[in-house]
Amino acid sequence: MVDQSAVGRSFTPVTAQVEPGRLRYFLDTLGETNPLYRDAAAARSAGYTATPIPPTYLFCLELMDAPDPFEFLTALDIDLARVLHGEQSFVYHAPVVVGDTLTFRSRVVSVAEKKGGALTLIGVETAVTNQHGAHVADTSRTIVVRNEVAS
Amino acid sequence: MTELRTIAVGDRIVHKTFPAITRHKLALYCGASGDHNPIHVDIDFARAAGFPDVFAHGMLVMACLGQSLTDAVPPDRIRSFATRFAAITQLGAKLTCEGTVAELFEHAGERRAKLTLTTKDERGEVKLAGEAVIAI
Repeated sequence: MVDQSAVGRSFTPVTAQVEPGRLRYFLDTLGETNPLYRDAAAARSAGYTATPIPPTYLFCLELMDAPDPFEFLTALDIDLARVLHGEQSFVYHAPVVVGDTLTFRSRVVSVAEKKGGALTLIGVETAVTNQHGAHVADTSRTIVVRNEVAS
Repeated sequence: MTELRTIAVGDRIVHKTFPAITRHKLALYCGASGDHNPIHVDIDFARAAGFPDVFAHGMLVMACLGQSLTDAVPPDRIRSFATRFAAITQLGAKLTCEGTVAELFEHAGERRAKLTLTTKDERGEVKLAGEAVIAI
């Protein structure tokens, strides 16, 4: 079971490209029709330097370009089948647009047991910077691990 | 798009419904999101993990809520967006996303609003509960 010794652990930084084709696939999957995301000219006339990304897409970029998207689970010996997503947050500091190259740096910030050890809640925070070194976002997730409990 | 300058506490500025979640949608989202956890697309894996069937990615549901949010608020005006995943979203769920103005305030010279956000299924069960802070 994951314990407090995991707090402070960091993982291999992930570099991700905001590519227009992959973004379009995401938009199509979600039935997104907002012209800001689909039409670069519409985005520019609304004041963006290029097409912006939807508010949850940072989470996808980190997973898509990670050499091992489940590195953190493997490193902490967590079975993928026992993982649920508990909470997710994004704090945005600067726009992210198509063409950007982002770097994600993640670390474990908390480990807590719930329901008499049946669940372990793991907090992971990620700082996101762009190709200019600007700090564009901070994301935070809580992973819930369903532990095997002897009955 | 909503006229954000004139919003008031209690206004519902986010409201959108989505078609029923299909297995096909989960497969597409698996590829589109980079979240390849088989629990969302492989029924054998889901059953072995103790679930009756595959179920939606939490982040697929949050993406629907995000889409509902940016229908009303331009993405560059969103300062933060957070949710708690309150319940698993099953196949066939028809989601309704809503957001109401909870608070108006000023931060570092910028007028902002805090929105209370929910996503519910067609039975009214809350799947996501969260909030966003936007510049108005």
